[in-house]
Amino acid sequence: MRILYFGWVRTNIGLGEEEISLPPHVENVEDLIGFLRDQGNGYRAAFENIKAVRVAVDQEMAGMETPLSGSREVALFPPMTGG
Amino acid sequence: MIRVQQEDFDAGQEIGAISARNFEVGGVASFIGLVRGANEKSQITAMTLEHYPGMTEKILSGLEAEARTRWRLEDLLIIHRYGRMTPGEQIVLVITASAHREDALQSCQFLIDRLKIGAPFWKKEETPVGSHWVDTKAEDDKASERWQK
Repeated sequence: MRILYFGWVRTNIGLGEEEISLPPHVENVEDLIGFLRDQGNGYRAAFENIKAVRVAVDQEMAGMETPLSGSREVALFPPMTGG
Repeated sequence: MIRVQQEDFDAGQEIGAISARNFEVGGVASFIGLVRGANEKSQITAMTLEHYPGMTEKILSGLEAEARTRWRLEDLLIIHRYGRMTPGEQIVLVITASAHREDALQSCQFLIDRLKIGAPFWKKEETPVGSHWVDTKAEDDKASERWQK
């Protein structure tokens, strides 16, 4: 699965995107964040406060409960600041 | 129409083009967002806007469709820039054109209020003492919420 990071999620982790083979127990967004948090210090810092993290699954805004089966792309990022 | 680009834009030219091609238009409203030279805490030397290519266009097109449903619009243009900009530079342009001013003015405000917190852009400010990501402001959330139906 393609995982994208933006804003301070990206700068904490140190990369903008990566391809990850998800372990079978990762069924929804919350599971994914839990899995990513164990991948190193940058990941832990990025996902320390889950309430501050927003998520899009296949470019649609999603929630922690959103299932990932069949999805191709997940993006994790801070609240948006456009305009 | 939606454009997401790195280059600057010419608002006068865009408004002129909209006015010239449709004589049903009786009023044009526009908003331009600029990079400020300071925030509440410090001087800002530059700002970098990052975005999510693909999703940005999708979200902005969705906002265009919603505005066209809620107001009677003859034309609509959103240009949003990304990349590094310095104070005084233009970040975003919203133009709405309608037979009547009320539809143009309201939809213009709706679009800028909504895209500030709903389009996947992230701002990083550079100051004399370092750079930081910009947080969402509570007033921006409120401004967007007031358009909830």
